[in-house]
Amino acid sequence: MRYTKLQSFALVILRITIGWHFLYEGGVKILNPNWTAKSYLLDSGGFLKGFFEFIAENQMLLSISDAANALGLALIGLSLVIGLFTRFSSLAAIFLLFLYYLSHPAFPGIQYLFPSDGSYFLINKTLVEIFALSVIYAFPTSNIFGIQRLMKNNNSFLA
Amino acid sequence: MAQENQENNSKKISRRDILAGLAALPIVGVIGYGLLKNKSETEKRNSSLLGEIKPEIQNGIPPIIEGKTLRIGIIGSGGRGGYLMKSMGFVNPDKIDEYTEKGKTDKYWVKFLEDFRAQDNLNIKITAICDIFDKNAEKAIEAGANLHRNGKGSKMGDIPKRYTTYKELIASPDVDAVVIATPDHWHVPVALEAARNGKHVYCEKPLSWSVAETYEIRKTVKETGIVFQLGHQGRQTESYNVARSLIKQDVIGKISLIEVCTNRNDPNGAWVYDIAPEANEKTIDWKQFIGQAPWHDFNLERFFRWRCWWDYSTGLSGDLFTHEFDALNQILDLGIPNSAMASGGIYFYKDGRTVPDVLNMAMEYTDRDLSLLYSATLASEKNRGKVIMGHDAYLELSDTLIVSVDPQSTRYKDKLKQGIVEPFKPIYSYVPGQGAVDAITSPTEKYFAGRGLLYTYRDGKAVDTTHLHLREWINCIRAGNGAQPSCNIDQAFQEAMTAHMGTISYKEGRRTYWDKEKEVIV
Repeated sequence: MRYTKLQSFALVILRITIGWHFLYEGGVKILNPNWTAKSYLLDSGGFLKGFFEFIAENQMLLSISDAANALGLALIGLSLVIGLFTRFSSLAAIFLLFLYYLSHPAFPGIQYLFPSDGSYFLINKTLVEIFALSVIYAFPTSNIFGIQRLMKNNNSFLA
Repeated sequence: MAQENQENNSKKISRRDILAGLAALPIVGVIGYGLLKNKSETEKRNSSLLGEIKPEIQNGIPPIIEGKTLRIGIIGSGGRGGYLMKSMGFVNPDKIDEYTEKGKTDKYWVKFLEDFRAQDNLNIKITAICDIFDKNAEKAIEAGANLHRNGKGSKMGDIPKRYTTYKELIASPDVDAVVIATPDHWHVPVALEAARNGKHVYCEKPLSWSVAETYEIRKTVKETGIVFQLGHQGRQTESYNVARSLIKQDVIGKISLIEVCTNRNDPNGAWVYDIAPEANEKTIDWKQFIGQAPWHDFNLERFFRWRCWWDYSTGLSGDLFTHEFDALNQILDLGIPNSAMASGGIYFYKDGRTVPDVLNMAMEYTDRDLSLLYSATLASEKNRGKVIMGHDAYLELSDTLIVSVDPQSTRYKDKLKQGIVEPFKPIYSYVPGQGAVDAITSPTEKYFAGRGLLYTYRDGKAVDTTHLHLREWINCIRAGNGAQPSCNIDQAFQEAMTAHMGTISYKEGRRTYWDKEKEVIV
C-alpha cells in the first residue's frame, strides 16, 4: 500500500495517540496495586449488565479480568506506539473497547453512577475509538514508522 | 509522493530505516515519565499524610465462643423483633418462600438469602416467644422453629413455647437470656424483671421511656451482674471504629462543632406502619399494651404506630437521635451534655400524633468546649450526613469515612503551602471492603458511598451489624467472666439521659441542664 506523505503522517499520528492513550491507562493501573474494575463493572448497564456484575462479584474472575485488562491495555498501547504487531494489537484493542462499550452502552434511558463527560446517543467516544482502530487495522503504518520497518519477515497481518 | 514500504524488505536496512523504525521509542520514554510522575505524586501524598495517620482497622469477626446452646426468649416479636431473630438466624419459612419467589425476578433477594444462609450459626435456640398480638406471636414461633433456614414443608427444629405475659416467659427455666423489642414504655419494666431473675438482656434502644426508671435499671443490671447490651448495632460499624482511632491521633484538630441529622420522607420512616387485618380486641391484649402508659381505649393506630405518641414512645430524640448520639459516644466518649435545648413541631404529619416530626436540638459540652447539633425531619430525604468539625480538618461519616482539610488549618499549614494537600479535599478516606487505605478518594468510591451501596465489612466481607451486635452479647454471656459488651448499661444510661434532656426541653420549651454531681436533669 502506498500513501501520500500527508496520509502516512495522519495515520501514524492516529496510531501513536491511540497507543499513548492505551499505554498510559494500562500503566497507571499496573502501578496502582489497589486498582480494580469492580465498581465500574457493578455500574454496568444494557443487556449484558448481569454478565459484568457476575464478574465483579466473583473474586477470582475479577482478579483475572483486572490483570488481563491492565496488562492488555499496556501491551496494546506499547505495540501501537512503537509500531510492532499493530494489526494484531488493533484487533485486540477493538475487542477490549467493545467490551467497555457493552458494559456501558450509550443507550437511551440507561443511567450510570459515573457522570458522563458529554451527551451521547448510541455513539460515544469508546465507539469512535473502536472505529479509529479499524482504520489503524485497515491502513497499517508500522512499516513506514515503527519497529516493523526493521524486521525482515514482514507479515502483513502482524504489521 | 509515494512512500516506500514493503518493497524495502529485500533491501538492506538503511540509516533512514533505523531512524523511522526507532523514532517512536522516545515517545514510550515520555509516557513512562508521565507514569512515574503520576506514581510518585500519589506516593508523595500518601506517605506524607498516611505516614502520620495510623488508623486502627478491626481484623475479622470475633469467633463464636464455644459452650452450651443458649436458650433465648423473644419479648416483642413485631417488626424489629422479627429482624433481630433474622440476625440470629431465624426467619419464618413463609418469608423464605416469599424471598425465593421474589428472587426469580429480582436478584437482590437471591443475594439476600445467600447472605442469610451464610450467616454464622450462633449456637442458640429460640425457646420462648411473648407477643401480645396473636399473629406476631404465631409468626415468630414458626420462625423460631426454623432451625435450618428453609422454606415451608422442610425439616423444622423444636417449636418455641408461647407465653402470654413477659413475666411467665422470664420465669421459665427454659430461658437463659431475653431479647426485648417492645414499644419504648415497656423496655425497662421487662428488662428489670429479667435482670431480677438472672436472665441476660439484649434490649432495643432507647434504654428507657422515663427518667426515673433509667436509674433503676442501671442499678439493677449492675447489682445482678447480668450481661446487658443495648441495641445500637452502630457499635459494630467499622468506619466508626476507624474514626475513633483517627480522632485519638488528633488528625482533625480541636473539635468545636458536631452536626448530625435524620432525614426521612416516607410513611414507614415516619412510623405510619400498616395495620394488620387480623388485628382486633380479641387478638391483641390491649390492657397489657398500655402497661405504665396512661389509659386509652382500644385503638389500632396507637397499637401499630405507637412511635407517634408520647404515651408509648420517646419521639425523635429517643428513637432516632439516639442512633447518632451513640455513634458519637462510641467515637468521642461524649457522655451526657451539660445542657440541651430543643425546638420543633408537628409540621407535616397532621395525623393525630403527639410527637414532633421536625426536631432541632443543640447540646453543649462545656467541659469539652464543643456543641452537638441535631436536626431531624420526617418530611425530606435530603441527606445532610454526620460531620465532626475540627480546626484542622472535618470528618464526614457514613458507612465510609472521609477526612478533608480545612484551608485555615494550623497542623496542615505547611502541607497546604507546599501543595501536598488541597483545601476542602480529602486527605484520608476509608471505604469498608476496599483493600488498602488511600489518601485520595476516587470518584468511584464517593459515588458508591453516596448511593448507599456499601455495607459494614469485616475482612472485606459484608456483614449485618445487628448480627455482630447480638453475637458480641452472646459471646459475653458464654465467656461468663463478667465482661460486658460494647453498648453496656453505662453507655445505655448516657444515651437515655441525653435523649430525655432533649425531650424534656422540647416538651417544656426550656433549656435543660445535667447536674453531674447529683446525676439529675434540672
